[in-house]
Amino acid sequence: MDLKEALREFCVRQGDDAVVLSHRVTEWCGHGPILEEDIALSNIGLDLLGQCQSLLNYAGQIKGNGRTADDYVYRRPENLFKNCLLVEQENGNYANTIARHFFYDVYHFYLLEGMQDSKDEFLRGFAQKSIKEVAYHIRHSSNWVLRFGDGTEESHAKIQEAVDFIWRYTGEMFENDEIHRTLAEAGIIPDYETLKSKWDAKVNEILAEATLIRPDQTFMATGGRTGIHSEKLGFLLSEMQYLVRAYPDAKWD
Amino acid sequence: MTETEVFNVLSQIPDPEIPVISIKDLGILQGVKIENNQVFIDITPTYSGCPAMKLVEDLIHESLAGKGFDSVQVISKLTPVWTTDWLSDDAKRRLEEFGIAPPEKTSPNKSWLSAEGPKIIRCPLCKSENTIMVSQFGSTACKAHYKCADCLEPFDYFKCI
Repeated sequence: MDLKEALREFCVRQGDDAVVLSHRVTEWCGHGPILEEDIALSNIGLDLLGQCQSLLNYAGQIKGNGRTADDYVYRRPENLFKNCLLVEQENGNYANTIARHFFYDVYHFYLLEGMQDSKDEFLRGFAQKSIKEVAYHIRHSSNWVLRFGDGTEESHAKIQEAVDFIWRYTGEMFENDEIHRTLAEAGIIPDYETLKSKWDAKVNEILAEATLIRPDQTFMATGGRTGIHSEKLGFLLSEMQYLVRAYPDAKWD
Repeated sequence: MTETEVFNVLSQIPDPEIPVISIKDLGILQGVKIENNQVFIDITPTYSGCPAMKLVEDLIHESLAGKGFDSVQVISKLTPVWTTDWLSDDAKRRLEEFGIAPPEKTSPNKSWLSAEGPKIIRCPLCKSENTIMVSQFGSTACKAHYKCADCLEPFDYFKCI
């Protein structure tokens, strides 16, 4: 497989993960359970938005067609979005939001860790910068998993239910297709099997400490990386892209 | 104007969020190059999503307008990766005077996962070391939210990264 094309597609996948998750967490803005969490999620959303911008601008540069992050985010239909299904799942209650975030953060952290010595200069710098931000994200979500799991009977039940529900979307993050294999062989991204074992170890550690049971469900939903999404992404995009579609010539003034 | 002169002019631009320190103090301003009467300015964001970057870019263009250059280009770079280690002692002192607890000496570099050990953050108002972290996320991406247990005032802590 063509290395450049694999690299561009990888950046689109990661950029789409970031922008979709960013949009989801900022849906809490003004609705957070407590003010500090409202602010925390908006901060996390902002980090992800900045990361998305870097990745998608880079994807446009690789392609050399002058596309910017804005073009990617605002001018694509849902079947061209390549985010994993996990990040587009709805916020639900706060335990649902935290469980979704936790599983993604652990994956995100180890992926960036493995890209800190990437053979691709941009991704190397990007990873070195972003990992500092994602370290805060993972501390935030794992702290809440611990507080909920090892908290009251009600909070324990809610986070266990949330973990059980979202579990089916975690397998897709580690699907090792030709794109990932090509890039891993070229030393651009870490090997996905190693990534998965690091994820498993961290997730097991936190779940056990939080007195939660790791689901034994083996069925895993798939499709996002090839543009086949759950019904939830369309609603998200229709809100996110509304202004640009309704007023294509709109400009900041 | 020489590269050094341009750099000195841009060094006067205050940070949009924290006006007591400049974009040079903060390490956002990375370098200036002049080629064929065109200026190229390297800047780096503190955090990936820092919303002040656009404003910083505008302020740079504003301060170089009418100085006789054919073009001014601001280039945002991710490397070298921004760190609070770049803040000078003087800049840290001004942060504290402004009411923001400055970052600790050096950023953690061993493991980002376990980096958050116990640390003492001094209240910028009453200087008490008896303070409590309210949230790792504060009023902007670069700050955490603290509270002083003695004078009871909330304050921002400039996160050490």
